Amino acid sequence: MIGYLIRRFGQSVIVLLIVTVFMFVLFHMLPGNPARAELGVRAQPAAVAAFDRLNGFDKPIWYQFWVYIDKLAHGNLGFSYIQNASVAQLFAQRFPKSILLVGLAYALAIIVAIPLGILQAVRRNKIDDYALTGASFVLYSFPTFWLGIILIEIFAISLHWLPPTAPEGTTVGQILSDPKGLVLPVVNLALVSIAAYSRYMRSAMIDSLAQDYIRTARAKGVGRKAILFRHALRNSLIPMATLIGLSVPAVLGGAVITEQVFNYPGVGLLFIQSAGSEDFSVLLGLTLVAAVGVIVGNLIADIGYAVLDPRIRY
Amino acid sequence: MARPVIEGIAAPDKPGFEAGEENLDADAAGHDDGGEARPVGSMLRLTVATFFENKLAIAGLVIFVLLVLFSFVGPHLYVTNQVTVNPANSNYGPSSAHLLGTDGEGFDVLGRLMVAGQSSIEIGLAAGLCAAIFGTIYGAVSAVAGGVVDAVMMRLVDALYSLPTLFLLILLSAIFSPNLPLMIAVLGFISWLGPARLVRGEALSLRTREYVQAVKVAGGSQRRIVLRHIVPNAIGTIVVNTSFLIADAILALAALSYLGLGLPNTTPTWGGMLSNGTTVIFDGYWWQLYPAGIAIVLTVVAFNFIGDALRDSLDVRLQRR
Repeated sequence: MIGYLIRRFGQSVIVLLIVTVFMFVLFHMLPGNPARAELGVRAQPAAVAAFDRLNGFDKPIWYQFWVYIDKLAHGNLGFSYIQNASVAQLFAQRFPKSILLVGLAYALAIIVAIPLGILQAVRRNKIDDYALTGASFVLYSFPTFWLGIILIEIFAISLHWLPPTAPEGTTVGQILSDPKGLVLPVVNLALVSIAAYSRYMRSAMIDSLAQDYIRTARAKGVGRKAILFRHALRNSLIPMATLIGLSVPAVLGGAVITEQVFNYPGVGLLFIQSAGSEDFSVLLGLTLVAAVGVIVGNLIADIGYAVLDPRIRY
Repeated sequence: MARPVIEGIAAPDKPGFEAGEENLDADAAGHDDGGEARPVGSMLRLTVATFFENKLAIAGLVIFVLLVLFSFVGPHLYVTNQVTVNPANSNYGPSSAHLLGTDGEGFDVLGRLMVAGQSSIEIGLAAGLCAAIFGTIYGAVSAVAGGVVDAVMMRLVDALYSLPTLFLLILLSAIFSPNLPLMIAVLGFISWLGPARLVRGEALSLRTREYVQAVKVAGGSQRRIVLRHIVPNAIGTIVVNTSFLIADAILALAALSYLGLGLPNTTPTWGGMLSNGTTVIFDGYWWQLYPAGIAIVLTVVAFNFIGDALRDSLDVRLQRR
């Protein structure tokens, strides 16, 4: 087990290293060069040369890469000349708010999807299973932003129940002071995940229910509820744990769209605004951070799988 | 785009498992009886037959054919001007002159829906196919080459996989200015990883089969092994995956349009129409929002249906033996 953990961790480090190389290459592939990108196309040659010297862009490429890695190791993600702040600073300001949004959406998705999946597995091929299957198919095919717009149309414009935009604020506390504004963004982000998770939960549950140990339990007289929750559910949750870890990139992507739709002041909105203003140091820095999030998510999924399933031995 | 990647669901990277291994076991059962490269024709015919027994598949196919007719034949029956902006004509509700009203620039919405359908379907198909072809070759080559080459090629895939699709998509479209071929390339670039992993998984088992070994012994080239033996035998997995890739590409294109990183308005797409429609929800111009959205959802549902049904029909084909 320990050996597996070390090997798996080493793999993650290698992948992370390749990602940094990729980011570095992308940064050097930018239209023009970093100096032109930062100072603008009309910058004087002297200014460009000064910028290159200041940032070490006149050094050999391998040395620049070393400096880049060194900076990353010290938490320096780059500097945004457009916002006049370091990327790490911008990120730190917005990160807690995004974690709040993503965390709540994850929680809601899991709380709703697991019972839905169980229901569908138990009522397999009955009318309610078909209805839910159809609904999750359609939901799964929805553009996330349109779903958000429809939520706004129904609950904000027609019914006036909830505000159409997310709470604005620089801290998590300020956002939490207006919980009503959080409802639509969280629901929007959770809905598409619910469609996928409940489908997966359904098939995991159906798989479990077909196992021999379920028949054994039934034969020795275990009650219906106990079979469902003690035997089948616990074993179906193992693949779910993996799926939740693997869905990190999709949820992060969904968060970007959701933050744009509801003007939620998180990392995703910062990312889109930076794309609009072609602020590449922010884009690359945030992509790298997102990649770290995904790598950690995969690591947790794999380790979780190994820990949760006692049948697996390494 | 809060869509967990479908390949991830189909074949989660459990420790000690190669992607697509579940398929492999089933496939091994299917192919071992002959021990010979199965003629592709009969396999295809059986697959097609089981495909058409599946109601979901037929529904998906019918929806898709109708959408294609609507987009490509429709403009000949319902002729509208989609070239010149006419502000005097803007934001009219549905009427007999404009069945689905007009948009903010005075274009007929129904007519624009047809024209936009052409580019949306074309881009989705092209991006999905490019990704599938490149991913297939990449995965097969990686598996056949083996050793260090395989390890390096797959770590590269792992690394790219850890970049969230939408982040990469936004990053790439911010770097490269959007035009049609580049858009296809960018959308293809973000989605070839799934097929690469799947095909590598299949190829790893196929390359140890007797008939592939026989080709090697007989002096057949690596290229022949990849193109004549591994790709045709993995075609089922590839087709299923391609169908999902097309669905994803259409959704991704819509998301990009919404974020303002899509194609310019001179190339109308459903995603572009939908995102223009989102700006007028407070005015109540529903006809600018819902038709385009419904078209996207229908297309994506159709391809998801087809993919799902194909996967089932491949399973059925294997169970029958």
